[in-house]
Amino acid sequence: MITTLLIILPLVAALLVYLAGQRLAPTVAIAATVLEFAVALYAYFTFDVAAGWNFAVNQEWIPSLGISFNIGMDGISMALVLLTTFLLPIILLSSLLSPLKDKASFYSLALIMQSALIGVFVAKDLFLFYIFWELALIPIYFICLLWGDENRRPVTFKFFIYTLFGSLLMLAAIIYLYTVTPEKSFALENIYNTDLSALEQTWVFAALFLAFGIKMPIFPLHTWQPSTYTSAPIAGTMLLSGIMLKMGIYGVIRWVLPVVPTALMNWGWLAALLSVIGIVYASIIAIRQSNYKTLIAYVSIAHVGLIAAGLFSNSVEGLQGVIAQMLAHGVNVVGILFVIEILLNRTGTLEISKLGGLRNQMPQFAVFFVVIMMASIALPSTNGFIGEFLLFVGIFNYNPYLAAVAGLTIILGAVYMLSSYQKIMLGEAKSAYNNVLDLTLIEKSILIPIVIVIFVFGLFPNLVLDLTEPAVNEILHTVNNSIPVAN
Amino acid sequence: MMEFVWLIPALPLLGFLILSLFNKYIPKSASGYIASAMLLGSFLIVLNLLFSAISGQLIEQPPVVLFHWVHAGNLNLSLSFQIDNLSVWFMSIITGVGFLIHVYSISYMHDDEGVTRYFSYLNLFIFSMLLLVMGSNYVVMFMGWEGVGLCSYLLIGFWFKNQNYNDAAKKAFIMNRIGDLGFLLGMLLIYNQFGTLEYREVFDQASKIINPNEVSTIITVITLLLFVGAMGKSAQIPLYTWLPDAMAGPTPVSALIHAATMVTAGIYMIARSNVLYSMAPCTLDVIYIIGTGTAILAALIGLTQTDIKKVLAYSTVSQLGFMFMAIGLGGYSAGVFHVTTHAFFKALLFLGAGSVIHAMGGEQDIRKMGGLMKKLPITFITFIIATLAIAGIPPLAGFFSKDAILALAFEANPIKWGLGVFAALLTTFYMFRMLYLTFFGEFRGTQHQKEHLHESPLLMTIPLMILAALTVFSGFIEVPHVLGGHNWFSHYLAAANIALPEASHLSNSTEYLLMGTALALVVSVIFITYFLYVSKKTQPASSESEMSFLDKLSYNKFYVDELYDFVIVKPLGFLSDFNSNIIEKHFIDRIVNVSGKSIQWSGKTIRYIQSGDVNTYAIFMVIGIVVILFLNLVL
Repeated sequence: MITTLLIILPLVAALLVYLAGQRLAPTVAIAATVLEFAVALYAYFTFDVAAGWNFAVNQEWIPSLGISFNIGMDGISMALVLLTTFLLPIILLSSLLSPLKDKASFYSLALIMQSALIGVFVAKDLFLFYIFWELALIPIYFICLLWGDENRRPVTFKFFIYTLFGSLLMLAAIIYLYTVTPEKSFALENIYNTDLSALEQTWVFAALFLAFGIKMPIFPLHTWQPSTYTSAPIAGTMLLSGIMLKMGIYGVIRWVLPVVPTALMNWGWLAALLSVIGIVYASIIAIRQSNYKTLIAYVSIAHVGLIAAGLFSNSVEGLQGVIAQMLAHGVNVVGILFVIEILLNRTGTLEISKLGGLRNQMPQFAVFFVVIMMASIALPSTNGFIGEFLLFVGIFNYNPYLAAVAGLTIILGAVYMLSSYQKIMLGEAKSAYNNVLDLTLIEKSILIPIVIVIFVFGLFPNLVLDLTEPAVNEILHTVNNSIPVAN
Repeated sequence: MMEFVWLIPALPLLGFLILSLFNKYIPKSASGYIASAMLLGSFLIVLNLLFSAISGQLIEQPPVVLFHWVHAGNLNLSLSFQIDNLSVWFMSIITGVGFLIHVYSISYMHDDEGVTRYFSYLNLFIFSMLLLVMGSNYVVMFMGWEGVGLCSYLLIGFWFKNQNYNDAAKKAFIMNRIGDLGFLLGMLLIYNQFGTLEYREVFDQASKIINPNEVSTIITVITLLLFVGAMGKSAQIPLYTWLPDAMAGPTPVSALIHAATMVTAGIYMIARSNVLYSMAPCTLDVIYIIGTGTAILAALIGLTQTDIKKVLAYSTVSQLGFMFMAIGLGGYSAGVFHVTTHAFFKALLFLGAGSVIHAMGGEQDIRKMGGLMKKLPITFITFIIATLAIAGIPPLAGFFSKDAILALAFEANPIKWGLGVFAALLTTFYMFRMLYLTFFGEFRGTQHQKEHLHESPLLMTIPLMILAALTVFSGFIEVPHVLGGHNWFSHYLAAANIALPEASHLSNSTEYLLMGTALALVVSVIFITYFLYVSKKTQPASSESEMSFLDKLSYNKFYVDELYDFVIVKPLGFLSDFNSNIIEKHFIDRIVNVSGKSIQWSGKTIRYIQSGDVNTYAIFMVIGIVVILFLNLVL
């Protein structure tokens, strides 16, 4: 029941927000997302780790095609639902900073998107998964198109076509899977039980990898991302990088690893290699970016590259690292984007060369900036370290040389983060920013929860790792059981 | 006793939290006292532990587990402490010297507007450094390791308005991270091989799995990777160039972090892992070469520097080289012994330099000093004690620790002894050059500076005196047999499984001869420098154009920074531009756009077929029928 509630509540709220009118819309929307987070927390505290799938609902929907409204949460779903519901109030609160036109539509769209995102994370039916996946694309498309900067039209168009292309491939793979399943149903167990030849697996893997890889994005499928992140409104970028890209990673865990294990054995190295190339490639590009938001977009590609490499490590440590890093990245990237929002709000620019010396006017802001930056470059005791360390353990066991190359991220990360921080914040005060004010109460109320989560999860990661470990074992069990024994 | 161990790092952490969270409500003058009080608390607990350690109560203590930190698959990491003779020794140095430097800072930093921030960072540093040496597994060490790196970054760039200082801070952090990648990969390989990162389990398994008579490639790679980490943190070739730049930070920070404690973390790490290193003779050779090379190179650069802190910085790099030299020769305890004596005399030198800079109103150039001995008598006397100690004059601490290393070197190979003595002579030369130029002769500063010369207040001079006393006496903990001692310190460390060097094969007369020779050479260098800089009043060149070629080479640090800039920094920037302007825009994105455009184009072209004109459709239909019929015929 809770799972259904988690999907329905934002939809109802979206309607209410739309009806509430421009003035009340933000309040209603934020209240709804806080309520949603409370529901998710309740689910977390009543979650029975030993039981596998919790809060499952299975209703027939289109029986003639074997499609059902089949949802539930295992540990992995629960973790991502927690991430989504934690971030939404923060994202909506942070959008209060910028003067939005037509607030009611904006908040309604964000809420519809939340519903779809949760749907993606809890769907136990492949067709349902696909529907939620597509549903999530529509609101973000409008958010980028209607509230983005002056380049928004061509950029959003490219983003839309690119993702739609991926979706189409996914649909093809899904339909193919359906035609070869034993019971002609999209149910998760049924899909998992399908025996595919190595060749079939390769094609399905290729299609799904492209679809999910575009979403993350993995090198070289990433060129839609920097421009979209840059021209979308901050809340849109937060939704895209904080939560939406996790759909792709989650998709691989849920619908690729257990379904095409043989293809993974044959082609996983290629995916891992591309991911690692992406880490170094994007990190190097980030070093010389002149716009801070674009810089962070490339950083996101680098971070996601590491997560993606971990996906193919076929180890508990690696996959646990994937989950830990998804959560950490979600929180930290929203944190750094909020930092960007504040910079933009105070100075009107994100050109690094025009900024400088802001620490003089904004000492408190500087502290939060440093903490989030350190979490982003994975300093131990922050959440970033847990994920990164586990990922490295997994990747190293898969291939030490790959791990060594991926490890360059800890050096390059320090280079681009510290250089840009220095240029933006340090040095003599600039007279143009003499009247800039330090953090307001509402800004602190956004940054403080982020910092708390950074340290709580950095010091007590077992709060989540113990939740997801059985689910991860289950996935790996399926993967390794379906690989034919080598002769 | 063990139940209070967590308080040792917790107190400075608490200090950090109080100072940083309530910094608005804490009077500036109080922050130093709060920070110092926290550290004093830790120090007292550590002293207690030190007594237990000395009386042999800490042998084979199980780790103290605070909580389970990370669990995933087979990986179980806990935040736990290994309290044994080695860690307690380092904790004593950290909290003891740390406390003195905190007290010194109260006076040194009292009129800085960021004093509360300063002390919060200092407390955070002590917390991280304690974590580094107290951890019972590599990941906790890594946590402290990166933590001290952060604090070092924050404190080097403490005066953040100056972008040169910020550059130095950034450089320190990034160079350390290069080392950290080595450390990380070392840890990953350890976990990959042994399935654990707890020291005890790793060492147990390593000694079980590996046949001691065989050279194990895996252990060699592990130890080399960990050593890369040590190179970064302990400023060895090729990762040493950050340390001299780190002098941008306040002088007490240089004393604490960049001389006495943090930079010795590499020695601690290797001493801690000595079981592994003893299995990897190749690695030890590499360490010896790097250590000796660094000791000599840094000393050569030190010869011509004119900034009092830069001289001390290169001296630190060079002394760290000495420590690695010891370790490369298998002398783990000799390395840690030199860490100890160096912590005292180098902290003393830096604080003394701070006192001088304080008196000179911020001036750091020794060319503009001179004759300060009369105006700063306490600083002068303590400074001369430290200088004699670093030169290795008996019975000061440096004599014993340097002699222990030289004896090891001679036993390995007389040439190695010769190299060690050469580095020691260079050290003597630049140190006495600095001493004479600063305290002897005539004052060369401005009239204004001359009028303001004064001895520092008691809060600064008392730490100097205590450190001077330690510099005088601490050498006696490791008096060698040949001088009638019992190598007490080596035995103390042996209780923490630090391998003892093999018993000396040298006869007493050989050892006397070696000591005598080294001493005679050092003393003659002292006289030569006296002759040069006091009698002949030689002055360092005031501009580069007056220098000889070799002087210029040394003065410009052999152009290593320029080399790195040319070989690494510039190409990286170029690669960044190339990737984003060429590969990204003209290659990857073009393929995407072209495929998008080609679809648009085909759509535009093909739509003409659907013109709505019935005649056209009829023609296409006829063509179609013909083709089908034709195909039917052919097939």
